[in-house]
Amino acid sequence: MTAALRIFFFGGITSYRALFHWLTPWILIPTFIVEPIFQVLFFAFVGRDAGVGDDSFYLIGNAVQFAAIPCLFAMGNTIGNERYTQTLGLLLASPARRLPLFLGRALPVIINGFCVSLVVLVLGALVLHVHIPGEAWVPIVGVLVVTSFSCTGLGLATAALALRVRETAVLSNIIIGILIVFCGVNVPLSALPTQMSTISNLLPLTHGIEAARDLAGGGSWASVSGLVATEALIGLVYATLGMAMLFALEVESRRHATLELA
Amino acid sequence: MKVLRLVAVGWWLQLKNRSRSSFDGLLSILYPLFFATTIFFLYRQNGDEAALVSAAVGASLMGVWSAVSTSASTTLQGERRQGTLELLVAAPTPFSLVILPATVSMATIGLWSFVVTLLWGRFAFGIPISFDQPLVFVIAAVVMTFSLGLVGFLQAMASVRYRAAWALGTLFEFPVWLVCGFLVPLSSLPDWVTPIAYLLPPTWGVSAVRAAAFGGSPWRDIALCLGTGAIYAAIGVALSRRLVDSARGNATLALT
Repeated sequence: MTAALRIFFFGGITSYRALFHWLTPWILIPTFIVEPIFQVLFFAFVGRDAGVGDDSFYLIGNAVQFAAIPCLFAMGNTIGNERYTQTLGLLLASPARRLPLFLGRALPVIINGFCVSLVVLVLGALVLHVHIPGEAWVPIVGVLVVTSFSCTGLGLATAALALRVRETAVLSNIIIGILIVFCGVNVPLSALPTQMSTISNLLPLTHGIEAARDLAGGGSWASVSGLVATEALIGLVYATLGMAMLFALEVESRRHATLELA
Repeated sequence: MKVLRLVAVGWWLQLKNRSRSSFDGLLSILYPLFFATTIFFLYRQNGDEAALVSAAVGASLMGVWSAVSTSASTTLQGERRQGTLELLVAAPTPFSLVILPATVSMATIGLWSFVVTLLWGRFAFGIPISFDQPLVFVIAAVVMTFSLGLVGFLQAMASVRYRAAWALGTLFEFPVWLVCGFLVPLSSLPDWVTPIAYLLPPTWGVSAVRAAAFGGSPWRDIALCLGTGAIYAAIGVALSRRLVDSARGNATLALT
């Protein structure tokens, strides 16, 4: 048990610091602060030009979506950068239990995703002069935590795919693109074709964004608790699926000696 | 003649090389499609067909910049990682003439993205796309592509001492989309943005393509797009001499 906890906490933080190369200020500030603010501004102005939605709609959609960026990329790097540093074989040959090993790597990522999302929301609200009621902030923080968790669940599945896909950056970018289109980040689900909005309901972000918008619009925690629970459940399903995929693909990569071929 | 041959062969080699890369090739076409799809859905909501068609052209052009912004910043880092940067710098050929075709090839891939996005808009969203002056439209798009390649060249040169250059490239993606009027007219942005926009070649390129597509005279904008791009290239050449010489002098080219 002690070993498992040590792998979970110390292994997780060590891996995060070693493998997620974005922690230098030269990457962190442009990627997690400046770029997101410009994405928010871009869509807010596009929305104004199209005469659709208001600044609050785009601010919340894009701020919550930014939880997904570190969650997907960092989890992809968990495998991708182990391969790059030629330690993936050593890691998977170790007797460490896989559950604390990979879940421990997810914990710092959840915190990272949450922080990015919150910073973008606060700065974006200041830049665009969007008023979010004071009493809405605490529940919104809760929604951001849950959404970061659900995105990290999807990130675990991405990490598993990285056992077979070499270009984890390409993979993560494609998944981010899918989330941007499907999850109601900039386009309300009602404006999407029915088949698309059906898929949206199975993806992380969708319910988190909707809950955050409801709260910013004056809704109570009780009114969005169903959405938050659904978001958490989706995250749990993806995390479970991701762990199962990690186990299965690890076994397969040993059997077929494909670990370094990806 | 020798220079032209060098640039042409370099461009073709880089184009073939990058087209096979999943990041520079596949992603450069796919990623802008996600944003274009969002924008098509967004503009379709209010039922204004003229605005939708205009947005389709703007959203398609976004891919050209997208293909350049991140990739150009990582050009030298990529060469460094492959162990070829020192060889290129030490070669008797001017360094700038080796890097310029690389960034223009990235923009060329962006041109494919432009075409694919237009077709996506036409066939997936039924956006009725027709051009007032088709030939001039093509010329304007090609000039804009070339000019963005020149901007990318400056970006590549400016990031010779920056190990995390890709973050710089990513940083510029949205600001340029916003400021240069790809979708939002300059008149809708704060006044202080306009002088900045005028200094950026994509502003003139987008304006030229729009004029060619929807009526108007694009030639002045085409000339300005090419002219501002040439200024960026000249600054890039000057930087390449200064920064590369400095990196050689201080033994910092490898950044190890």
